[in-house]
This record gives sequence, structure tokens and C-alpha cells, in this order.
Amino acid sequence: MAFGVKLLVWGERACFTRPEMKVERVSYDVITPSAARGILEAIHWKPAIRWHIDRIHVLKPIRFESIRRNEVGGKLSPASVAKAMKAGSTAGLATYVDEDRQQRAATVLRDVHYLIEAHFQLTGRAGPDDSVGKHLDIFNRRARKGQCFHAPCLGVREFPASFELLEEGALPPAPAAGVELDKDLGWMLHDIDFDDGMTPHFFRACMKNGVIEVPPWQGAEVKA
Amino acid sequence: MTAIAHRYEFVYLFDVTNGNPNGDPDAGNLPRLDPETNRGLVTDVALKRKIRNFVTLDKDGGPGYAIYMQEKAVLNFQHEKAWKALDIPADAKDGYKKLPKDEAKAREITGWMCANFFDVRTFGAVMTTGVNAGQVRGPVQLGFATSVEPVLPLEISITRMAVTTAEEAEKQSGDNRTMGRKHILPYGLYRAHGFVSAKLAERTGFSDDDLQLLWQALINMFEHDRSAARGEMAARKLIVFEHDNAMGNAPAHRLFDTVQVTRAKPEEDGPARSFADYTVKVDAEALPQGVSVREYL
Repeated sequence: MAFGVKLLVWGERACFTRPEMKVERVSYDVITPSAARGILEAIHWKPAIRWHIDRIHVLKPIRFESIRRNEVGGKLSPASVAKAMKAGSTAGLATYVDEDRQQRAATVLRDVHYLIEAHFQLTGRAGPDDSVGKHLDIFNRRARKGQCFHAPCLGVREFPASFELLEEGALPPAPAAGVELDKDLGWMLHDIDFDDGMTPHFFRACMKNGVIEVPPWQGAEVKA
Repeated sequence: MTAIAHRYEFVYLFDVTNGNPNGDPDAGNLPRLDPETNRGLVTDVALKRKIRNFVTLDKDGGPGYAIYMQEKAVLNFQHEKAWKALDIPADAKDGYKKLPKDEAKAREITGWMCANFFDVRTFGAVMTTGVNAGQVRGPVQLGFATSVEPVLPLEISITRMAVTTAEEAEKQSGDNRTMGRKHILPYGLYRAHGFVSAKLAERTGFSDDDLQLLWQALINMFEHDRSAARGEMAARKLIVFEHDNAMGNAPAHRLFDTVQVTRAKPEEDGPARSFADYTVKVDAEALPQGVSVREYL
């Protein structure tokens, strides 16, 4: 692909939450295309482009760890904000942590390292001065310098992601010892379709020789 | 309020002496440990809680500095004040069903929350406003704090010269003594990494004043968080990297690498028991162009 990018990302912990186990979060074995897209978008994104993940290389063994934290259960209701706005006062608008406390465990990944291969497409919102070259240059320049719109994360914001551009032509790093190279990872979230009422789409993730081929977003292998 | 114009990263060092910096609910409130390395952990949310509490105390809920996620103990007197000022009952959760479909309205609500609440403006909040997946992403992000070296939790047994219930007293035939447990670390130096995105700050209106308040909170928050469990906790170093550009000029991990924490006397291999046992060095020479470093503490 002429306009593909390769980005190395790594971090101490990661949590790519399985939608079926999201109360007490359990991470998928590897990064999802959706989370990988989020990392790329943290570096460069405009409404004119959409990132597509092509391949994910798993470079470290899959290992888990459990963390239990005090969390808050509820969300803020817009109606109560509207009321407070009308009253012109923040009084009474608060969540009392003690009253809404939930202790939740999270089963998260340890010491992850991935190579993300991706490309982007121009969307319907691309203007006349949006060219593929321009956005590719911006992305590569930023990734090379370590610039980002906001710090990218590995699934959740408390697990920051370090990143580095893998220059064109450079060889991808070899997987570390202990990586199970061939593994069926089962059905995994591909991405959420925000144009279609946030429908999740799934695909069958298979790791072959340490690499997961991600089917195209509109491909037949991707099921809503 | 004008938002900050620079990206920041920071390394925050704090220590604990004879206390428990962050209990693990999974392990009977033992200090959190990374089971692979035996290093201590303090979660990001534990630190955020203390930042919120500091701002509550410092600004006393002044205009623009209200705190949305409140701990009840701190709030009670604030509650009273609010009671006197304006009689507004806390809203029940039924408003949840009426999501504002209107984007402009939703944005107005989000904007108002950001303008009035320091924690929403700083850390973000999940609001069911339907825009942007219903949440505000704040500019400030913290990772888990990890101890520089493995820590050793100690279990201290303590006695209480009283019992809670009459039945207990009867059982002990008037002895009235109960045993309790405290988990402490004799000493631990922790290192946390933080990120401040100028671009997300633009969206929430996180200003330079807010940033200064954040630094103040990090420096002073343990001074206002004394308790029987915590022992002596203290902020030791706050090293801030400022990029001269909103997008940044260098990868964050490279900046963090310039801060080295080592043992002051490597030839003595006894356990560390105070901050004097460590040396913190910032390799300012290795900093990439366009990044400056400042030590606040």
C-alpha cells in the first residue's frame, strides 16, 4: 500500500475491554483494531480521513494481571445540569463517591508491545485541499517527533502508550521469546459503527506467525 | 479562560514512611503490589482523588472551582453552605431518559460543566450528553505510580481496649480487648508519570491558572491527607517538561528516561529507609530541542 504507516506501540499495562465482560473488565488477549485506530487518531486525525488497521503484530507474550479499584457507578444526568444552569449555581450538583461506590476488578494485560500497520482513506468530508500525501506527511512527521494531539493510551487512559514510527523499509522487530505465534483468538471487536447507531462489528481474530490480519472494515468477514 | 498553549509531561516522585499509600481491596487492604516485580503501586485514581480534595480545600468551592466527584467527609460543610445560600435539592436520576438530542444544547451543558467544575475541566467526566460519545476527555492524564524499588509490606498487629457490642464484652468476660491489623510499608519511593494535552485543554478551557493549581495540588496534597493509615507521605520531586509547541516536540517516553532515580550509595545494599537514600538526576543535556524542564520541588 502506497500510503500505509507502521507504528510501534508499547506500554506496561493495557486493557482492551471485552464488551461481554465490561463491569469487571476483562481485556482481550491483544489490542483491538478499534483501540489501534484510537492510538493513530491521538497522533493525527481530521474528519477528512478514516484510519483502517491492516495488520497487528504481537511482539510480547500475552500475560494478565488483576487490579481491583474503587469506582463510581453512576453517570451525570444532563437534566440535573440544565437545572443547575437555570439556577445559576453548582450547589447540589455533585456525585458523592461514598454513596455510589463500586469495587471492580480489572483483568489487564502486562507489558505489551505491538506493531500496527494501517492506512487511511479520505472520507466524504474531505475538502479540495485534502490530499492523501498531506495527511500521510503530517502523521509521519508527528509520529517521528513524538508529537501527539493527546497522549495515546492502551485501551484506557490510565495506561499510557509509548509510540515510535517504524520507518518505511525498516524491518519489523522480531517477536520476543515466549510469544505463542499461532493462536485462534476467537471473535473480537473490530470497531464500532458510529454511523449506524453505534453498532459493534466483530471478526474472527487469528494470530499466524505472530501477526493478526485485520479484515477490511466493510469486508464480508466482519459481522455486526 | 484561555487554554494552555503547550504540551506538558511530568514526573512526580512521592514517598511513604511507615504507612499504606494505597490499599488493595483484593488483598485485604494490603498495600498494592505488582506481583511480578514486588514493586508497590498507587493507582491513578488514588492520586486524582487527592488532587480533587486539595482543590476543594484550597478554593473552597469558589466560582469555577467546584468539584463534581466529591468525598462526603469533605463535602459536608460545603453542603451546609449550599443549603444556606440556595435551596436546591439534588436531582434524582430520572432526568437520564431525556437526553438532549439537540447538539447545541448538549454542548452548552458540557461547556457549563467544564467552566464550573475543576475536575471536569481537568480530568474529564462521563456525561450522558450524547455528543462525543457522551463524555468530556480532560487534558490531564496520569499513569499508575510504581515504587522505584521493590517494597516490603509489614503487618502490624494492634490492640483496642474496648469492644463494639455487649455480646463481645460478655464473651470476653469483661476483658474487652480486640486485636486489629495495620499494613504498612517501612519506606517506599514512588514515581508517577503524567501528561497534559494542550489540544484537549482547548476543548475544556483548562487554563494556565488551572495548570499552576495542578502543580500546587501535587506539591501540597499529602499535607492535607493525613490519616492513621497513610503514615508519613510527602511529595519529593515534581519535574515538568514543557514543549514549546501544542503538539509537543519529543516522545514522552524519551523525556521520562532523562529522569534517573538511583540509590545514593550503591555500594551499601541495605533497604532504603528515607529519601536521602536516593539520588534524582535530570539529564537536561539529553533533552531534545524545543523542550524545557522545570523542577517545582
